[in-house]
Amino acid sequence: MLLVYYSSSSGYTHRFVGKLRHPSLRLPILTKDETLRIEEPFVLVTPTYGAGPNRGAVPKQVIKFLNIESNRRHLMGVIGAGNTNFGEEYCRAAHRVAAKCHVPVLYRVELLGTPEDVEAVNLGLDKLCASSLKTAM
Amino acid sequence: MTAADAAAECELGRELNVENLTLASHVDAINWNRVIDPVDDDVWDRLTGNFWLPEKVPLSNDVPSWATLTEQEKTLTMRVFTGLTLLDTIQGTVGAISLIPDAVTPHEEAVLTNIAFMESVHAKSYSSIFSTLCSTKEIDEAFRWSRENTYLQSKADIILSYYRGDDPLKRKVASTLLESFLFYSGFYLPMYWSAHAKLTNTADLIRLIIRDEAVHGYYIGYKYQRGLESQSEERKQELKDYTMNLMFELYENEVAYTHDLYDSVGLAEDCKKFLHYNANKALMNLGYEAMFPKELTDVNPAILAALSPNSDENHDFFSGSGSSYVIGKAENTEDEDWDF
Repeated sequence: MLLVYYSSSSGYTHRFVGKLRHPSLRLPILTKDETLRIEEPFVLVTPTYGAGPNRGAVPKQVIKFLNIESNRRHLMGVIGAGNTNFGEEYCRAAHRVAAKCHVPVLYRVELLGTPEDVEAVNLGLDKLCASSLKTAM
Repeated sequence: MTAADAAAECELGRELNVENLTLASHVDAINWNRVIDPVDDDVWDRLTGNFWLPEKVPLSNDVPSWATLTEQEKTLTMRVFTGLTLLDTIQGTVGAISLIPDAVTPHEEAVLTNIAFMESVHAKSYSSIFSTLCSTKEIDEAFRWSRENTYLQSKADIILSYYRGDDPLKRKVASTLLESFLFYSGFYLPMYWSAHAKLTNTADLIRLIIRDEAVHGYYIGYKYQRGLESQSEERKQELKDYTMNLMFELYENEVAYTHDLYDSVGLAEDCKKFLHYNANKALMNLGYEAMFPKELTDVNPAILAALSPNSDENHDFFSGSGSSYVIGKAENTEDEDWDF
């Protein structure tokens, strides 16, 4: 299953995705750069940003990418990257994208992810490839 | 303690503090329109957006709940909070400030002043809890305990010795382990009370502190990793070994501290799982892989739910075999950002 992910220059999500055995594409770090266009089913991996309950949780680059209808059509689900220490904000961006695009939050991982997370996500993505889960919209 | 004793103690603290303080000989005006590292800007926004004061939390609503605790539970709670006060005091007056001369951008310096100030807010907020719930005599007794407890003093001494050292990267390691690991033997208790519907307003305040510490640990850990990039392989290995050794040293002391505090109420083992879980996260903040295996980090779900209300596995499609799949409830979003 193709993974499309955003990771800032701190690179936590990048490192987590790098441990998975599924192919991946990184969204550009700078919002002004051209975003990706995806023509096959994929799973989005996103961290959460922002300073408050209703402010900018979803990285701008992820919004720019999802604003393209053809990208959105291939979205199968979302994996959130975060830290439970942020309380209710934990993986808020993943939940927000999932709600907006009517797809499930597939998994949530903290920081770099543990070996158990890597295993669970690899297997989950295998299953997802095989399943006939409908894509968003 | 007399006022003169208190003054003498302060004087001693100050001497330690100036020992290695290097003041910059030249400072340029900070230009926030030329940000060198965008993470400085992001973290500044996040920290200032998170700003809070203890006066905003209705702690007095916890007075009836406090009255339901046994004397032993009250003593434990106060001791835990003086322990946390000590760590926040260290971080506010020594830790975050000791990192300023090592900053590589002016914006990093500014972020560190914010971190130092918020640590002082945290330290003061425990006093707000005390003054709301306890008598002056009880408060003084708890602070006396904090000065005399071997394990608490040992953890402070270990950290302070690294802050006084001359290696900027090692200082960042010590700081990140304090922010992301050492607080958690203390944070465990208010999360435990919250899970049992006790001291829930106090828990709300502690969650604000936890949120701040998460940003601090992330940021200082990130700066450590940036600093590491330019080091030789040999030096990288040295720093990794140093981190693991310091983690073990602190961990052993934390285990002893945890037993000392929690054995009387039978919670030491439960708390230790929370320590392992957070030790892993502290290491990840420094860019290292988790150290403790799953069997040792299966934190009591009630504690995890008190920390993050939507952290339960039912939100995860993979782990629930799909059976528990629920589409997230609709939320108001900034629709101007979304074209659809």
